[in-house]
Amino acid sequence: MFDFLEGYDVLGAFWTTVQLTLLAAVGSLVWGTLLAAMRVGPVPLMRGFGTFYVNTVRNIPLTVIILFTSLGLHNTLGIGLGSQVIDTVNFRLAVLGLVAYTSAFVCEALRSGINTVPVGQAEAARAIGLNFSQVLRLVVLPQAFRSSIGPLANVLIALTKNTTVAAAIGVAEAATLMKEMVENEAQLIPISAVFALGFVILTLPTGLILGWVGKKLAVKR
Amino acid sequence: MSSVLYDAQGPRAKRRNVLFTGVFVVVIAAVLWWVYTSLDDKGQLEWTLWKPFFHSEAWSTYIWPGLQNTLKAAALAMVIALPLGAVLGIARLSDHLWIRVPAAIVVEFFRAIPVLVLMIFGLALYANYTDISSDDRPLYAVVTGLVLYNAAVLAEIVRAGILALPRGQAEAGVAIGLRKNQVMRLILLPQSVTAMLPAIVSQLVVIAKDTALGGAVLTFPELLSSANTMIGYYGNTIASFTAVAVIYIALNFSLTTFAGWLEARLRRSKKSTGAVLGAEDMKELNPAGVGGAFGTGGEGGGPAGITDTRPPR
Repeated sequence: MFDFLEGYDVLGAFWTTVQLTLLAAVGSLVWGTLLAAMRVGPVPLMRGFGTFYVNTVRNIPLTVIILFTSLGLHNTLGIGLGSQVIDTVNFRLAVLGLVAYTSAFVCEALRSGINTVPVGQAEAARAIGLNFSQVLRLVVLPQAFRSSIGPLANVLIALTKNTTVAAAIGVAEAATLMKEMVENEAQLIPISAVFALGFVILTLPTGLILGWVGKKLAVKR
Repeated sequence: MSSVLYDAQGPRAKRRNVLFTGVFVVVIAAVLWWVYTSLDDKGQLEWTLWKPFFHSEAWSTYIWPGLQNTLKAAALAMVIALPLGAVLGIARLSDHLWIRVPAAIVVEFFRAIPVLVLMIFGLALYANYTDISSDDRPLYAVVTGLVLYNAAVLAEIVRAGILALPRGQAEAGVAIGLRKNQVMRLILLPQSVTAMLPAIVSQLVVIAKDTALGGAVLTFPELLSSANTMIGYYGNTIASFTAVAVIYIALNFSLTTFAGWLEARLRRSKKSTGAVLGAEDMKELNPAGVGGAFGTGGEGGGPAGITDTRPPR
């Protein structure tokens, strides 16, 4: 029944999807946190930059960003991200594009988390003489992260699905393989079902587990 | 300038901020300089590469037809997905288990699958089982993928919009003897439509952005793919991508601003119940969406929750 899977490395393709997701998740968490810190910080220029970055990047389709990393950064400007092998270059470029895009959403998720921290917390922290970075590091962000787990989980799910856009620059992930398979094999429905199921398996537990963790960790108020 | 996260700045903090600003300016300047020199090295700043965008030819040959296709696909997808989403959303609120559960499964299933996978499925479906010409197939496939995904998202919007209405509305409807279907049709839906409007406009942004997938993977001749053709002709990669990005930003910026304006207007309105499903509420449903009006939160710094004067629901 599953003979159409022969000769295709479906698991390998999904493994690439997972790798893209995890690497981009870590990268965008770091860059997104920095952006969020800039957007709530006391330096006007950094605030302006954070706002500008988020609003610009959110409004450009991810496809345009990813295609730009390949055609613009690699082909035109010759940026290979430390590799000569085209597959590796494309993979790294896709991660770069996903990080640039997703971090804007991570920033917004964190900011919505910061919003849930009651004013009294920050005021109390300031009252005992903590400065901005201490207020953020010791009091506000730990609580904000806990209540942002829900929104961050949604961003992670969106990121998992967005990794398929890497197909636009030929990274061998799930959507690329699916396209190849439906073009060569005559069994559209079973093939599509396998890939749909793969994504459901990837995204559903993420939502359920992180949703549960988020509820568990959220500061009860 | 003040925020709850930091005190009004004294002389030392001001000096430090000046220092931070200075360092930041240097970093930004270094990045910009690096971008400039690398662009210049590859000759991407030559005027001939940018000139086409200031003449009508490039616009009428490449950009405008592409943009038309983008808008066409987005509009079609929205128009088809809306009724589907409304049906699914209302079905999820049904009192009957056998309607509620299947609707929930359909919605959760299509929300869990990438749009691109749905588009690829659509393309193959039309190629194998219909006689739609290969020129039209990409459009059909793009719209199919967008409809399947966005109907699921819109179903959640509709559901949230109906749930956002005060309970008294449905109760009053029942009290004057309306049937369940009349309560939904005459009382809840009309009111929730206004409540949902901002969220629906925000969803248009997501749809417009997703049409670009069709251009990159399915050979649908939308904005991005016509820019690609233009790159082949003029060799102006950087200039073309800049133009495409600017067009997308302008388009989505106006949609987001419009959604924000609608939301503010509906919140102020005395006629409505005050139930509004804004961009902020949408993040839960579709984090890929562009939530919030342009530039919100950039001014105040610090937790925006302090300035959030939304009426309690």
